[in-house]
Amino acid sequence: MLYREAGQFKTSYAADQAIFPILQDRWVFWGFMIVAFVVPPLTGSQYFMGPILTQLLVFGLAALGLNLLTGYAGQISLGTGGFMAVGAYACYNFALRMPELPLFVDFILGGICAAFVGVLFGLPSLRIKGFYLAVATLAAQFFLTWIFDHVGWFTNYDPAGVASAPARTLLGSWATEAGPLSFLAPINILVTGPNASPETKYLVTLAMVVVLALLAKNLVRSSTGRAWMAIRDMDIAAEIIGIRPLRTKLLAFAVSSFYCGVAGALYVFTYLGNADTEAFDLVRSFQILFMVIIGGLGSILGSFLGAAFIVLLPVVLNITASTLGEGTLPSDTLSNLELIIFGGAIIFFLIVEPRGFARLWQIGKEKLRLWPFPH
Amino acid sequence: MRVRKLLLSLVASVVVLSPISATQAAEAEQFFPMLVYRTGPYAAGGSGFFGGIEDYYTLLNMRDGGVGGVKLTWEECETAYNSDRGVECYERLKNKGPTGATVVQPLSTGITYRLIERATADKIPVMSMGYGRTDASDGRVFPYIFPIVTNYWSQNTAKIKYIGMKEGGMDKLKGKKIANLYHESSYGKETIPVLDNQAKKYGFEVKHYPVPHPGLDQKATWLQMARQYKPDWVILRGWGVMNPTALKEAKRVGFSAKKIVGVWWSGAEEDVIPAGKAAVGYVAAGFHPSGADFPVIQEILETVHGAGKGNISPQRVGTIYYNRGLISGIITVEAMRVAQKKFGTGKSLTGEQMRWGMESLNITGARIKELGAENLMSPVKVSCFDHEGGGAVKFQEWDGKKWNVITDWIPTDQSIVRPMIEESAAKYAKEKDIKPRREKDSYGSDCTVTS
Repeated sequence: MLYREAGQFKTSYAADQAIFPILQDRWVFWGFMIVAFVVPPLTGSQYFMGPILTQLLVFGLAALGLNLLTGYAGQISLGTGGFMAVGAYACYNFALRMPELPLFVDFILGGICAAFVGVLFGLPSLRIKGFYLAVATLAAQFFLTWIFDHVGWFTNYDPAGVASAPARTLLGSWATEAGPLSFLAPINILVTGPNASPETKYLVTLAMVVVLALLAKNLVRSSTGRAWMAIRDMDIAAEIIGIRPLRTKLLAFAVSSFYCGVAGALYVFTYLGNADTEAFDLVRSFQILFMVIIGGLGSILGSFLGAAFIVLLPVVLNITASTLGEGTLPSDTLSNLELIIFGGAIIFFLIVEPRGFARLWQIGKEKLRLWPFPH
Repeated sequence: MRVRKLLLSLVASVVVLSPISATQAAEAEQFFPMLVYRTGPYAAGGSGFFGGIEDYYTLLNMRDGGVGGVKLTWEECETAYNSDRGVECYERLKNKGPTGATVVQPLSTGITYRLIERATADKIPVMSMGYGRTDASDGRVFPYIFPIVTNYWSQNTAKIKYIGMKEGGMDKLKGKKIANLYHESSYGKETIPVLDNQAKKYGFEVKHYPVPHPGLDQKATWLQMARQYKPDWVILRGWGVMNPTALKEAKRVGFSAKKIVGVWWSGAEEDVIPAGKAAVGYVAAGFHPSGADFPVIQEILETVHGAGKGNISPQRVGTIYYNRGLISGIITVEAMRVAQKKFGTGKSLTGEQMRWGMESLNITGARIKELGAENLMSPVKVSCFDHEGGGAVKFQEWDGKKWNVITDWIPTDQSIVRPMIEESAAKYAKEKDIKPRREKDSYGSDCTVTS
């Protein structure tokens, strides 16, 4: 009844090709954006903004990166953790060794480093496909974490191999009171380090994620995205109609690794505060692959829905278990129960809707358009 | 008239005062976050340790009604020894209780690293007893971090001393080959620099062999290490399931368990029983014995477990991890008493006040006897300069049934460790732009004394 596009006419190509062609969708989107930017800082809850929302955004971004590669271009990768680590350690070294650079440039440089490494490990994709490619990318995961564990320079020779994010401001050290760009000092806020406010960390993460997600959405609607999907659906046919597999596949690896790299950098700088390779191990790569599968292959929204499921469900179960179960069940039983419920939920959702949450969302929208008269 | 006035004033005073006394009664609790892990490959350590702490707190609540009229409260959060999950748990629990979290005990070097900056900014002391970041022993740079009792580097010097003893003198170490089999994590890597340093000093050769988490696959490593490198000694720096696996692999390749020396996270019952006969003769370090023949543990068995309020199965009371948890509970409560003496009993302490208590801690032998923990723990004296505050290690041998202490207290070699700590802490201070404390602070912690 409310959700119907009757009477909304498109008079230009731009209007016809908008991301949200339906007016109600646009309202919901802008409403959601306002809520996302305004409400969490107003609550002032550090727990809500840090472990819950920032983590969700970061993993949503990483899942989005993998989704571009796996969901859109059809190349399976198990190296996500490794590419995130490249972004994180590269960003750490840029921030540590060049404090003049604005922090958001560090993030982007971290992503670019990850993109280069991604292209390198994407080369085998020209010859091998499917599971074999997954194994080849697995090599990236192990090789990259091994490098960061064993080459001291990456962690500034820390004895335990822990890279601790330095305190940096949004616009870098030149934009401070004493620097050459002192007129920028008032908006040059502290973003990382223990003394940065949780609100800043959250808002910077959110802004980065919104911009990158918007770029990704437009990228997959462009000729690049269509080329990826053509390769995914049938690479020989794609080649015959004039798509160059080398360029397309490597571009997919580059863009995907860029997103993963930025996510890794954000994870360390705006959430954890310090990095070791434990944060980017194989389990992380699998976790992000599961986010993509559960959220929906080939969907931007699905990446975030999948991330929400994987990141938040254990936390929610843990909190419910500890509030409801205090004293009734032994806590080790509660911990194991949490794992059982989490595993069960994954199986349940995959049986009910193998195409992921994004598909459920789509079905819901279609039902809503017909409501309340289903025929 | 006078009676009426008196009555009125009485009523008025009751009305005015009662909410205050009511809130005071409600506020008199001290909250401790428990970052437990009862699942995952390291559950044996996590459940034993936190069972020990919680049993001790329960004992104090039941026997004395808390500490200085303040009830001890806590809440658990399961981390499964995952550092990222540990951050989530810390953030969840840090604002609970009337004054927030007061002491965090992560029982994980990885989580300790994650929390160092956060907890310092939040003014919550982190007590990493026998683990964590070693250079945090320099309290001038790390005011809120307490690697109390003995840190990793100190322990390592004692271990090399033990190996020297077995070889017949430190000069006999020259030319010997020692393999360091370590858990590939921040915990495992922590001792690499100090071992390299000692190798240079005593002239032995050291080679480091990483084992990836969780440590179930060591076949190739042991083949390479025992058959190719042929070390005279192996230092086992394992954790959780890595330990019994290592002992079994050693047996398989024919390396004698008597030549393996474990760190104290590789020296509990849970680490050797699964290895069966392969573990007989294996020696591990420790800063306390196992067993339940201590007055304080007997009291816990009677009062707490007798009433069915235990936090662990009674069979595990008195195991290595349990006793370690108990000791850490004792140290925490003693620090709380010190802080209460200065800031007043009957009310909740803040993290800052608790930090002062920990920094002014001095548990003497007489006090340990009073607590019923004689021979269970060694004296601890903490200062701003030295957040470690202990410094001796015993070695124990597994005979197939129980751990037997085979050495006296072996002192650590601070002439090696302390300069390394100060150098490392100074580097951290420079990187993080921290000004090391050099004078008395507002609470009177004295940082001018440097010995």
